[in-house]
Amino acid sequence: MDFLDYAFMQRALLAAVLVGITAPAIGIYLVQRRQALMGDGIGHVAMTGVGLGFLLSASPVWMATLTSVVGAILMELIRWYGRTRGDIALAMLFYGGMAGGVMFINLAPGGSNANLTSYLFGSLSTVSQSDVTAICLLAGFVVLVTLGLRRQLFAVSQDEEFARVTGLPVRALNLLTAVTAAVTVTVAMRVVGLLLVSALMVVPVAAAQQLSRSFAATFAVAVAIGVSVTLGGTITSYYQDVPPGATIVLLTIAAFLLLTALAAPLARRRARAAAAAGPAGDPVECAIPASREAGGKVGV
Amino acid sequence: MTEPVISLRGVTAELGSRPVLRGIDLTVARGEVVALLGANGSGKSTAVRTIIGQVPVSAGEIELFGTPRRRFRDWARVGYVPQRTTAAGGVPATVTEIVSSGRLSRARFGVLGKADRAAVRGALELVGMADRAKDSVNALSGGQHQRVLIARALAAEPQLLIMDEPMAGVDLASQEVLARTLREQVAAGATVLLVLHELGPLEPLIDRAVVLRDGCVLHDGPPPPALGQHALPGHDHVHPHGPTRSGLLS
Repeated sequence: MDFLDYAFMQRALLAAVLVGITAPAIGIYLVQRRQALMGDGIGHVAMTGVGLGFLLSASPVWMATLTSVVGAILMELIRWYGRTRGDIALAMLFYGGMAGGVMFINLAPGGSNANLTSYLFGSLSTVSQSDVTAICLLAGFVVLVTLGLRRQLFAVSQDEEFARVTGLPVRALNLLTAVTAAVTVTVAMRVVGLLLVSALMVVPVAAAQQLSRSFAATFAVAVAIGVSVTLGGTITSYYQDVPPGATIVLLTIAAFLLLTALAAPLARRRARAAAAAGPAGDPVECAIPASREAGGKVGV
Repeated sequence: MTEPVISLRGVTAELGSRPVLRGIDLTVARGEVVALLGANGSGKSTAVRTIIGQVPVSAGEIELFGTPRRRFRDWARVGYVPQRTTAAGGVPATVTEIVSSGRLSRARFGVLGKADRAAVRGALELVGMADRAKDSVNALSGGQHQRVLIARALAAEPQLLIMDEPMAGVDLASQEVLARTLREQVAAGATVLLVLHELGPLEPLIDRAVVLRDGCVLHDGPPPPALGQHALPGHDHVHPHGPTRSGLLS
């Protein structure tokens, strides 16, 4: 455990844990509403923010937060109003964001694409104290939203039309989801990088749902996977001198494959147990009409 | 005379640039059970979705419980059952989790108390799904899924039920449960607006039928009589024992 003696590793591990919590926490709602790749889009837009940060000598983390929030709101508005050509508008936003990042960083004095690389693929060892402060604040916001409003976000992400009839402010909650996703992207930017951040939002959720039946369990398992892989990846990169972002993402995919392999025999065992408990086939479904209605035998 | 529960006056709506509703009037009085009928594309689902605010209205007025829809906030009085296809999320969820979201209109700040959890359990019992409460909705049949969606609408103990094709793709066993649940709700004084493709097993419950065609009201009155359910609009079945077309619209 000698890595704990170094200040840069302490910062890196703290950042890694926060990313491991926040990325799956907001990612689960994106997966639920079938916008799994939204994080990827926001990541592209955030590149413009990083470029602007270098150009204006401002903090790239905060500039990226600003542009990705604006980008996420734009995406949500495009989804809302521009139904017909929404995909084209989104494509322009994505690639405009990426081109803007490359352009601004090359305009910045002494800037080159090399500066961008640490943001594209993550660079844990260069996480500064001010980065950590920013990451803590932003992660706090993400946790507050994703846990505090979990019932509302669940309802809106599950069935927007129904959520409207329960009187929920659907549009405001959609915007909040988009903004929270944007904030998460910038939290994760230093750890796994803008191009890989979406993996940490989506893959832990996909892995968790191989085993779970409920939303709450999926949430908990996804966050547990997220924290395990970000910590594991960070520590591995300390000992093996491999890039942490790529290590984390590969570990996440390994976790997905492992849980998928475990899921099949587990499902078979559950099915066998259910069959053993009720030899009459589908007793639950057939019992209801038979006991309450004089309808006789009813096929299901 | 109390105000109508639902009132639409001259409502028009477009999807894209295509006019779907061309000025429809529809009133549902307290305690009434009204069926909205029509062929596919006649605008019946759109009409319902303008009432709940999912589809914007380009002209006309909508009132719910006497309040213009724009200013209506008392959503706990409305239970909505969307067409089943809209309720599939990308993450597993249990029956209880889905039904609980129907209680949000009564729960302050999304916190479900003891009474709320009891209401959720009660709604599940009404549709005969209490024993599946902890199962994933992905493991349910189409009819069971529909019963869950109805439990979700009932969880808020609404006075008005709006249902979009509740019987579509539902097995016979679930159809009977749904008809019984609806009968109990009506007996308890609920007002119901149903979008239906055919009257089917709900026929004895229905007080009035409104038939739409091409976004206009074609018929507003008693349910189409004794021709049988196959005489309803949009039904182009070829019956070996009768004329090829006998519907209202043909």
